[in-house]
Amino acid sequence: MAEKSLLQNKDWCKGCGVCVGFCPKQVLVIENEKCVIAYPEKCIFCGQCELRCPDNAIYIVGGTKDE
Amino acid sequence: MSNNNGYKLVQGNEACVEGALAAGMRFYAGYPITPSTEIAEISAQKLPQIGGKFIQMEDELASMAAIIGGSLAGLKSMTATSGPGFSLMQENIGYAALAEIPCVIVNVQRGGPSTGMPTSPAQGDIMQAKWGTHGDHPSISLTPNSVQETYEYTIKAFNIAEKYRTPVVLLMDETVGHMREKLKIKDSSEIEVINRKKPTCEPKDYVAYRPDEDMVPQMASFGEGYRYHVTGLTHDETGFPTNNNDVSGKLVQRIVDKVEKNIDDITYYEEYRMEDAEIVIVAFGGVSRAAKSAIDDMREKNIKVGMFRPITIWPFLEKQINDVAQKAKEIYVAEMNLGQYFLEVDRVAGKKCPVKKINKINGELITPNEITYAVTGGAIND
Amino acid sequence: MTNTNCNEMTQKYYRVDRMPHIWCPGCGHGTLMNTVVRAIDKVGLNKDDVVVVSGIGCSSRAPGYMDFNTLHTTHGRALAFATGIKMANPKLHVIVIMGDGDSSAIGGNHLIHAARRNIDITTIVFNNNIYGMTGGQFSPTTPYGDFATTAPFGNIDKAFDLCSLAQGAGATYVGRGTAYHAPLMQKLIEKGLENKGFSFIEGLSLCPTYYGRKNKKGNAFKMHSYFKDNCVDIKVVEKNPEKGENKILIGEFYNSPKTEYTEGYQVIIDKFQK
Repeated sequence: MAEKSLLQNKDWCKGCGVCVGFCPKQVLVIENEKCVIAYPEKCIFCGQCELRCPDNAIYIVGGTKDE
Repeated sequence: MSNNNGYKLVQGNEACVEGALAAGMRFYAGYPITPSTEIAEISAQKLPQIGGKFIQMEDELASMAAIIGGSLAGLKSMTATSGPGFSLMQENIGYAALAEIPCVIVNVQRGGPSTGMPTSPAQGDIMQAKWGTHGDHPSISLTPNSVQETYEYTIKAFNIAEKYRTPVVLLMDETVGHMREKLKIKDSSEIEVINRKKPTCEPKDYVAYRPDEDMVPQMASFGEGYRYHVTGLTHDETGFPTNNNDVSGKLVQRIVDKVEKNIDDITYYEEYRMEDAEIVIVAFGGVSRAAKSAIDDMREKNIKVGMFRPITIWPFLEKQINDVAQKAKEIYVAEMNLGQYFLEVDRVAGKKCPVKKINKINGELITPNEITYAVTGGAIND
Repeated sequence: MTNTNCNEMTQKYYRVDRMPHIWCPGCGHGTLMNTVVRAIDKVGLNKDDVVVVSGIGCSSRAPGYMDFNTLHTTHGRALAFATGIKMANPKLHVIVIMGDGDSSAIGGNHLIHAARRNIDITTIVFNNNIYGMTGGQFSPTTPYGDFATTAPFGNIDKAFDLCSLAQGAGATYVGRGTAYHAPLMQKLIEKGLENKGFSFIEGLSLCPTYYGRKNKKGNAFKMHSYFKDNCVDIKVVEKNPEKGENKILIGEFYNSPKTEYTEGYQVIIDKFQK
């Protein structure tokens, strides 16, 4: 099983802050009008950011589908 | 209705449906409107019997939209209407022109403007057929003058639509639509049927709006594995929208050119007693029948008169009208409007010979006597 | 495909070389578009058999990014184009994405008639309560009293309840979700796709740029939070009606299959074809 990680596509990010608002662990911040994964070690891979990011600019890879 | 030796006694509107079916129409969407309604009724009757589809839509905007959808999904599609409905269809006719979706629109003209005279003939939509939708665009309109011709030119309308991927307007008038004459239904072996070009490449190599040498792109139907995008925005060869001025300008130029530069391929007209004619009557549709009768009368009085009858109304037959004007001493344009086709004839012929109008807009046909009087004794309402 | 910096779903179903999309930062449409794609994936439709049709407006740009047979039509007419497609080839899965103005102002007539016929089209409205593409004019779903560039003194038009409208007109599957309630929205679309008939799913979207700014609704996160705090599932309200007071109802409102239009037409063909 591959390690889970949180990735982002800065070219697509418009810095709307929806992901930042919904992140329960304050992993994300806005810097220079883009989302930045500032504290990846705090991420619990809940998927709230990926679920509501309107720009498909943040996503989780790895793990199995059931998780 | 009789049916003897392949002949039937039918209305122009029925001949239109027979022609459409012969050309391969398998989808009809429309909204009832006099004097075109029989085209919808007969399509509703006949299409399911050959596995085709008919739908009565909620209005003419929807009807025009539906036939574009039907065509994209692979069926040859048609709608029919009259002036008020033709007005409502205009936006989506422009869509079909820009997105290059083959389809046929029948307009059985009645008196206008507005609700006008629903059961009376008119030819008031000539300029609308050319310029009804906004922006520059190709326009093709054919005008039959008999039941048999309605059949033949409905087939041609489909063939042209398919060949050039563009909407084609069959511009009838109430006279032709409701007139009953004998119709010879041809055997399918006698009928040329043209189908749109399909892509032969792999889906991954398909560039939906890349034109071939004939300026016409290959057209895949939705559902055939060629997933592509269709839009009414100006687009590049991939079909996706673009704001690039150069690309947008070239696209509009191409869709106009593919018709205008192939005008010889879609040129249809009739010349009647033109061999030594000094006076030429230009007439089309129902009026051309009165003109023929008037010409026969005048010929008996040794007046050298003939008729040039455009069947292709749009694009304008500039070359032929120019030739007519070289020889004619006078041209009369007889039409059931206030002088719409006249504007084009006068533009081309006006510097070579006098071009005069014979017009009538009260819902009655122009009679042979009125034409004769205009030619020999002064215009009836100039 | 040139850009692979995205999740699997995006790579599989989007035209990633066309992205990022044109929508404003925080626009709910991107989130709703993802619910459509996830529902298609869940139901397991073949991409070649799916047609996505739209009209004009912000929402109607969605199909351009989606890797199916896609048709961006004229304002308000998406359902009429879609009807022609479905009639011509009933094997195709036809999905229509419209906005609130597109579906219920200029296209209102087509909406009620497509619903009345119960033609098998899954219709999804991205309702952001405003005309966004033209810069913030009120739409038929702008709440009474709200502000828009064409309602500078407050909107005196009454808003449509789109789901009631569709149900009243004959839609056989009706539901409402929101951009915040993305999993519910996806589920409703899945069921809409599975319903053989006219399905209508309203997705409440958010327009921080025009509607939000004009009406002081805060940023995109605040607008999402408004949905979180003010929407109640109809199942909850059915048990406890007081929980629905002054709330927005979401969930599955109607599910009652009836004879589908193209199937009805096929019966005629089978009976009368020579």
